[in-house]
Amino acid sequence: MSRIELNAVRKNFGTLSVINGVDLDIYDGGFTVFVGPSGCGKSTLLRLIAGLEDLTSGHILIDGRDVTELGPAQRELAMVFQSYALYPHMSVRNNIGFPLKMAKQSEAVIDAKVRKAAETLNLKDFLDRRPGQLSGGQRQRVAIGRAIVREPKAFLFDEPLSNLDAALRVQMRLEIMQLHKSLGATMVYVTHDQVEAMTMADRIVVLNQGRVEQVGSPLELYDRPKTLFVAGFIGSPKMNFISGALASKHGAATIGIRPEHVQIGDASGAIHATIRIAEHLGSDTFIHVDSADLGAMTVRATGNIEAAPGTALSLTLDPARIHRFDASGQAIF
Amino acid sequence: MTLVAWTIGILMFWPILWTFLTSFKTEQDAVLMSQLFSTGWTFENFGIVQERSDYLRFAMNSVIIAFGSTLLCLLFAIPAAWSMAFSPSKRTKDTLLWMLSTKMMPPVGALLPIYLIFKEYRLIDQHIPVLIIMFMLNLPLVVWMLFTYFKEIPVDILEAARMDGAGIWQELSRVLAPMALPGIASTFLLNVILAWNEAFWTLKLTDVHAAPLTVFIASYSSPEGLFWAKLSAASTMAIAPILILGWFSQTQLVRGLTFGAVK
Ligand SMILES: Nc1ncnc2c1ncn2[C@@H]1O[C@H](COP(=O)(O)OP(=O)(O)OP(=O)(O)O)[C@@H](O)[C@H]1O
Ligand SMILES: [Mg+2]
Repeated sequence: MSRIELNAVRKNFGTLSVINGVDLDIYDGGFTVFVGPSGCGKSTLLRLIAGLEDLTSGHILIDGRDVTELGPAQRELAMVFQSYALYPHMSVRNNIGFPLKMAKQSEAVIDAKVRKAAETLNLKDFLDRRPGQLSGGQRQRVAIGRAIVREPKAFLFDEPLSNLDAALRVQMRLEIMQLHKSLGATMVYVTHDQVEAMTMADRIVVLNQGRVEQVGSPLELYDRPKTLFVAGFIGSPKMNFISGALASKHGAATIGIRPEHVQIGDASGAIHATIRIAEHLGSDTFIHVDSADLGAMTVRATGNIEAAPGTALSLTLDPARIHRFDASGQAIF
Repeated sequence: MTLVAWTIGILMFWPILWTFLTSFKTEQDAVLMSQLFSTGWTFENFGIVQERSDYLRFAMNSVIIAFGSTLLCLLFAIPAAWSMAFSPSKRTKDTLLWMLSTKMMPPVGALLPIYLIFKEYRLIDQHIPVLIIMFMLNLPLVVWMLFTYFKEIPVDILEAARMDGAGIWQELSRVLAPMALPGIASTFLLNVILAWNEAFWTLKLTDVHAAPLTVFIASYSSPEGLFWAKLSAASTMAIAPILILGWFSQTQLVRGLTFGAVK
């Protein structure tokens, strides 16, 4: 359990600058999620914390101690990889016990701890199998088991669920959240899936091109995005952006409104639109419309709404829910 | 489909089968090519061959040259392939290609200078020089094979070991070596077979003292006319050890190769 601080961290690969000065405070016991589009530097930032990459400049502190120059082993962090990275030639038992063996613990202690981890993770029946004989979800559990046995200062996850199918992903998501609760450990979790980020995090760090765009709780990011980028990245379906006359009327270069904050009415309203296509999810309906004034928009309606393509309707924007941005993409509050 | 496969299989196996069967025929029978099976089976060819030339000495030379050169290859190729696979530089690709390109030159091109060097320094028909030629001959291939095997080892796993607190030595002995071993073993086997069957250089650079089994076979093919049964017996004796080695190691190898198959 510990606090991780990043001070002006930079990383270049040759001439390519991947992390451009990141300052970040990762609180003790929190569940921090790094999100951002592919290639923005999430994995690199995590690997810098892990000690698997050297910093170009800056400092990393764990519990106040400068670990910038320390190797991965001395930082006492555990990492769960996207590819699971299990040792193929070892049984599940030896995979989970490996960090303890490296720490020169006695056989009895190793055995007890492996047993306990296996119990927590429902792996008791598989201890003598090789990783090759396990399903994807089971492999992921072994990887997590290997991480928890030596009680690290913090857990680092790099897209651990992206190789699993949708149902399993939801289940493992819950298991990891439960694990976070029961261990009370600091966890840093990388994902490009913003639904994962919203549901799991107590703090989200949105990264874009090697910079921190915004840090905050999921709802903070949802309700008060600081930049156009965060506004567009968080939330599904994406926020609608409108520029031009309507934006100027609100004193902004661009305004944004989420699909759930647009109401549809009959064709007599102020803003006219026609339905292009509708997606029916059962609980919700996403209606994609074209409007002469606003361009293409997405509207989210609760329940299953009748929405035949070509139908004319009108839109109403909830004025309290309009986000305003200046020409440089910064939010105007 | 199966029929085609069988036909091709039998066609490819045919010369070996013919050789094997012929080695048990009398010389009179052997020249009657139309007749696959002999009327009178005999072991006497093997007896005559053993009596006339010292099979065991040739076999021993083959073992020394094939295994010795392969071990030497591994000694140099493992570190080379290792560093190219795990810490490649900008020139790694080019180096690999260059190494392969040396195998594209027809060996005859290098024969004359090497032969002259051997003559000049009285190296002909000695074990160590032949072994070294064989080593140089196969080194590029061995580096390539090992490189492709090592490349298959996911870097993530090595990083996981580092995170788990493994030092460099533990990473090497407990994680890397077990994963690399099947690849090294199959490279070893393949190269032993290649070196065992290599005839171009051994025929030219050896004579009696250091001559391997390829020379032994060749000695039955020319001087006293055609003795197909004895030639076949000699061939059978020459390839038998390597076939047996291959047979025994195959289950081992298949098991070794499949257990690294976890991504
Ligand atoms: N070892 C490396 N050498 C050179 N460039 C690298 C290296 N590792 C990463 N990069 C580059 O750094 C950038 C960020 O990579 P990184 O893996 O951190 O992205 P990411 O945010 O994790 O993306 P994804 O969601 O696709 O995993 C990319 O442009 C990538 O090409
Ligand atoms: Mg990544």
